[in-house]
Amino acid sequence: MTQIFVYIPHNHDIAEDIAFEYLDAARKIDSSASVTAVVAGSGDNLDKVATSMASLYKEVIKLDNEAFAYPNSEIIRKALCSIISSDAILLIPHNTFGMDLAPGLSIKMDSAFAADVVDFEGVDGSTLKIIRQELGGAVSTHVSCDISSGAVITIRPGSFAPMEDGTESGTIIDKSDDIKDVSSKRQFLEIVEAEVGDVDITKSDALVSIGRGIEEEDNIEIAEELAKAMGAVVSCSRPIVDAKWLEKSRQVGTSGQTVKPKVYMAMGISGSFQHMGGIKGNPFIVAINKNAKAPIFQVADVGIVADILEFMPELTEKIAG
Amino acid sequence: MEILVCVKRVPDTAENEFELNSEGNDLDRDDLVYSVNEWDNYAVEEAIQIVDKIGGNVTVVTVGDDESEEVLRREMAMGANQGVLLSDDAFEGSDGKGIASILKAGVEKKNYDLILTGAQADEGAGQVGGMLAAMLDIPYASLVNKIDIKDDKKIVVGREIEGGNQEMNEIELPCVLSIQTGINEPRYVGIRGIRKVAKVKIPVKSASDLGLDTASIGSGAKVKRVDYFVPDIGDGAEMLEGSTDEIIEKLIEKLKAKGGLS
Amino acid sequence: MTSLIGPANFKFFGFLPGFFLSILIPVIGIGIFIYIMARRLAPLVRAAPNHKIDRVFERIINLFKLWLGQKKQPRYKTAGIIHIIIFFGFLILSIRSISLVIIGVSQGFVVPGFDGIIGDIYNFLKDYAATAVFIACIAAAIIRGIIKPERYKVPAKYGKDHTSEAILVLGFISILMISESLFEGSNAVAEFHSTGHSEFLAPLSLGWIFKSLLMDVSQSYLQGIYIGMYYLHDITFFFFLCFLPLGKHFHVITSIFNVFFIKLDKGTVKPVRYGVSNEELDDLESFGVKKLEDFTWKQMLNFYSCADCGRCSDKCPANAVGRPLSPRFITIKARDLIFENYPLSGKIYKSKFLFDDIYSEDEIWSCTTCGACEEECPVGNEYIDKIVDIRRGMVDEGMVPQSLQKPLKALEKRGNPYGTMEKKRADWIKDKEFAEQCNVKILEKGKTADTLYFVDSITSFDDNIQNIARSTSKILTRAGIDFGILGKKEKDSGHEVLRFGEEMLFQDLKEQNIEEILESNVKNIVTADPHAYNALKNDYKDCSLPVKHISQVIVEKIKSGALTLKPALEPDKIYVYHDPCYLGRHNEIYEDPRQALDAIKGLKRIEMKKSRDDSFCCGGGGLMLFYEPEEDTRMGVLRVNMAHEAGADVIVTACPFCLVNIQDAIKVAGKEEEMEALDLAQLIEQHLI
Repeated sequence: MTQIFVYIPHNHDIAEDIAFEYLDAARKIDSSASVTAVVAGSGDNLDKVATSMASLYKEVIKLDNEAFAYPNSEIIRKALCSIISSDAILLIPHNTFGMDLAPGLSIKMDSAFAADVVDFEGVDGSTLKIIRQELGGAVSTHVSCDISSGAVITIRPGSFAPMEDGTESGTIIDKSDDIKDVSSKRQFLEIVEAEVGDVDITKSDALVSIGRGIEEEDNIEIAEELAKAMGAVVSCSRPIVDAKWLEKSRQVGTSGQTVKPKVYMAMGISGSFQHMGGIKGNPFIVAINKNAKAPIFQVADVGIVADILEFMPELTEKIAG
Repeated sequence: MEILVCVKRVPDTAENEFELNSEGNDLDRDDLVYSVNEWDNYAVEEAIQIVDKIGGNVTVVTVGDDESEEVLRREMAMGANQGVLLSDDAFEGSDGKGIASILKAGVEKKNYDLILTGAQADEGAGQVGGMLAAMLDIPYASLVNKIDIKDDKKIVVGREIEGGNQEMNEIELPCVLSIQTGINEPRYVGIRGIRKVAKVKIPVKSASDLGLDTASIGSGAKVKRVDYFVPDIGDGAEMLEGSTDEIIEKLIEKLKAKGGLS
Repeated sequence: MTSLIGPANFKFFGFLPGFFLSILIPVIGIGIFIYIMARRLAPLVRAAPNHKIDRVFERIINLFKLWLGQKKQPRYKTAGIIHIIIFFGFLILSIRSISLVIIGVSQGFVVPGFDGIIGDIYNFLKDYAATAVFIACIAAAIIRGIIKPERYKVPAKYGKDHTSEAILVLGFISILMISESLFEGSNAVAEFHSTGHSEFLAPLSLGWIFKSLLMDVSQSYLQGIYIGMYYLHDITFFFFLCFLPLGKHFHVITSIFNVFFIKLDKGTVKPVRYGVSNEELDDLESFGVKKLEDFTWKQMLNFYSCADCGRCSDKCPANAVGRPLSPRFITIKARDLIFENYPLSGKIYKSKFLFDDIYSEDEIWSCTTCGACEEECPVGNEYIDKIVDIRRGMVDEGMVPQSLQKPLKALEKRGNPYGTMEKKRADWIKDKEFAEQCNVKILEKGKTADTLYFVDSITSFDDNIQNIARSTSKILTRAGIDFGILGKKEKDSGHEVLRFGEEMLFQDLKEQNIEEILESNVKNIVTADPHAYNALKNDYKDCSLPVKHISQVIVEKIKSGALTLKPALEPDKIYVYHDPCYLGRHNEIYEDPRQALDAIKGLKRIEMKKSRDDSFCCGGGGLMLFYEPEEDTRMGVLRVNMAHEAGADVIVTACPFCLVNIQDAIKVAGKEEEMEALDLAQLIEQHLI
């Protein structure tokens, strides 16, 4: 039987969304696998997360230590090495923490490593069949992974179906005492918050991009609301920057930023060559434009002929639910 | 400060449109153009800037075939002091761990204070830096977008984390850092710059030069790419029609499937 | 003969002979002048080489047109006329001034040949010349000091205002004119007093006026004025001479040389270094201009020759939209740096990197190389070569904005700035509707044609601009021209690559294109892109095939009857033609596009105020599309407003970049309902019968 551990990242006392997606990923690896969640943290926050995870997972390992108050990948690595059997599969989110932790962990555990996995196609003997993407998402690949001596795998958040409500009543095992070494050659100092208005559109997975169809500066708020509901960021085409409605750093195009999102919402953008030249990595493009002949519809995946000023608020409402 | 920057020659995502070959198992590589991995370019620029400020030496290294020499030259034209090519038929097919092992063998006898890699490359794994650090038992930080040299024992680095925030850490030297784009503005390297370093000798080291046991590298990899495939892209947009409510419902469904809602 | 004692024989304090002073002043004056000039020449000696002195006849013709003919001056009416008066006044008075200096030593000296009627005519002319110069000086002082036109202003970031220097010099000139006239007038009065008649003075000239005013003055007083004015003139004259090389009035001395060495070939860019062939470029230690002495001596002569008239910046579109570029200060800042690093006395300072000193990166990247400044400069200063040279230096140092690095790398890897695959370069011919009507040959695998249609990158790859390629092809087909395209073998012409300072990349693109062009065995080349046209014609010297812009072909074929056009399809609309910089100013093709438009019967065409060689750049082409400096508004928007003010509904241009910029600008200006932009080829194609 495949043994799968999943690492539960959390923000204070709330588990991140990925915690709800692991089960789908684990099922796709091996539907009969035993899945154990591992939560590291300290004090009440940790207890709250562990308790909530017990409604999803049969077994929840709790690691309580003041050194885990802010996740330091070097310390967490040592902790995971000491509690996880070396032939197990460990799932970690492919986010900024997972990228920090997982590669080194696979070395210390002497297991295989696969990163940013978007899908699994089951286990064949000791070979796990994986789907991931390369070249900024331009192509997908089938990857075989020898899991005979375990594997560390980071999975792409949002790629697996989340569990709605947990009905499990799992046991919480406190293995805090197994953690001996919490030293690190790297010390966390502080978080420097991003400046307001200093949004980096090149790093966002989803963009709500506005063009001349926004008509007035005041209407940008409508796009901001949609972006907020989607967890996206507002970008724009050149005329918006020319009008000084948004700063230059928000402009997508050959003379602006080159972006590689997963989803690109082209709102009232006609789709000039100069603009499209700034979109790379084959994102899913949704085009909404009043003009049915707008060239953007040639390159978009999904097109809707509508007035964005009417359409966006309704979409926002539905998404925000 | 002795700095090593690990670089890779990759198909350039900005200048290519990727298509599969006629067998459908690999990219159609005939028309592809290659260049240095974008993230690595930022890493080299950062190394040069550090050395410009406090002195030292920048070495660029890559694991690859003969053609990989071109990216070493480009980085040397930028200002790296020397390049090393780690090349052997036995390296072919290496997974991330294999590459990290080869680099480790290349690094071991030198005393680098700082080893930089790009945050990720063409495969999008972002694995080699972290693995190399673990193999060398030195600290690691990924997605670094700021480096502040304190003294010859420690540095302060900023990591780019979710929401555009920056996580500041103090880290002991020697260490490995993976560099995020935007940390600096890499200088331009023109054809002239590359020609200037065209005749500089670049040492090539094979598995035996490095004293590498080839069992764990190359074809012995645990992780192997089986094939490439391109998810279907239709021509022209699929136009959503119907009442606004219906359209929105369909759209939300699609956005969810594409990871556009979080 | 005069009854007054002349300066040569006058004895100061009863014993000091005047001729002694008359020799001393010129000796000291000329001595100091030679010293100053020697110091001023020092940087030119250390400068980079310039081209050899060639095509002397052409250069002399230029002297007649630009220098003696003051050709550019009337482009600014008031200031121009004032300058012309002062210029010719100076020329006329120079003979008088020299003879005056000699009179100080030898009483009664007359310039050889001037003792008869010629002398009388000369005297008559010079009286009026002095008067006219004096009046011109007052007018100029009023303009400088009271009216203060915008173009003379010096923004604080660029340095100090030069008005006081201008006024001071006008003062000097006025003193020269007044003292000479008083000298003349007092003499005439004394002569009249003693003989009852006097030398003829031109009526209403300054001398004539002074003569009338001095009629009642005593003999001794007249003697005092006579000698006093002589030496006032003498001292002012030499003081002025030595003052000239200290500021903007250096142009009085240098402009004749500046015009003589002017660039004769429009549209070209100077080589990286004169005397170094393209093959030897790799051996150069450094590229372009990085510090002061990297400029050529001719470029430094430009700095000296600047009269600070502000016309270049007044016409500069980058300056007009608030970009951080003002060509005038490219020059003035460099001139001031020369003055600072090469002081009149003491040691010469080592030059620093120009970007640590006087220029900013954005300033240098702001230039679209439209050429408006050069077209305007009265002394023939060149700017594009300097901008390109400085950019070459920046590229060599790796100082290239990130937004330009992407397209440059794509040009290196793919031969086009968009990074699109080479094999898609001819995809525009596959458009279904077009392919049914027009079959465009691709000149590969030994296929050939009479004419090569060189498409270039934007027209090949931009969905909208591809229409120009299709229209051009239809016109060529209808005109019965056997033509083809290079398809994937065509590379970007590299026109802006060269002008953005990436010389070696340009050389690569050029060589690849020339090889393919020659291989295709065509007899001539046609293009619809003025940038490609200029590259093929002026940058690709080794490819000697004749090149034509499509507008030339259209006019030729209309005249020969091969092309016939329908009457205007939209006779109610008003059309205006916008001159693309690289078709107009750089290649002087102004008439063909207009003739082509006028060949459409019933088409109403008007002109904008700024047209032909005064055309206003749309925002620039090629790599300029990838770089945007800080600006208040877009050049295209200003241009669209100009067309709107002229009353046009349709802006017709003959350049793909103009079309992109103007179409964008129409949207930005919110004039989509009222205005549209079209390429000439598209309009002609619509009217083909």
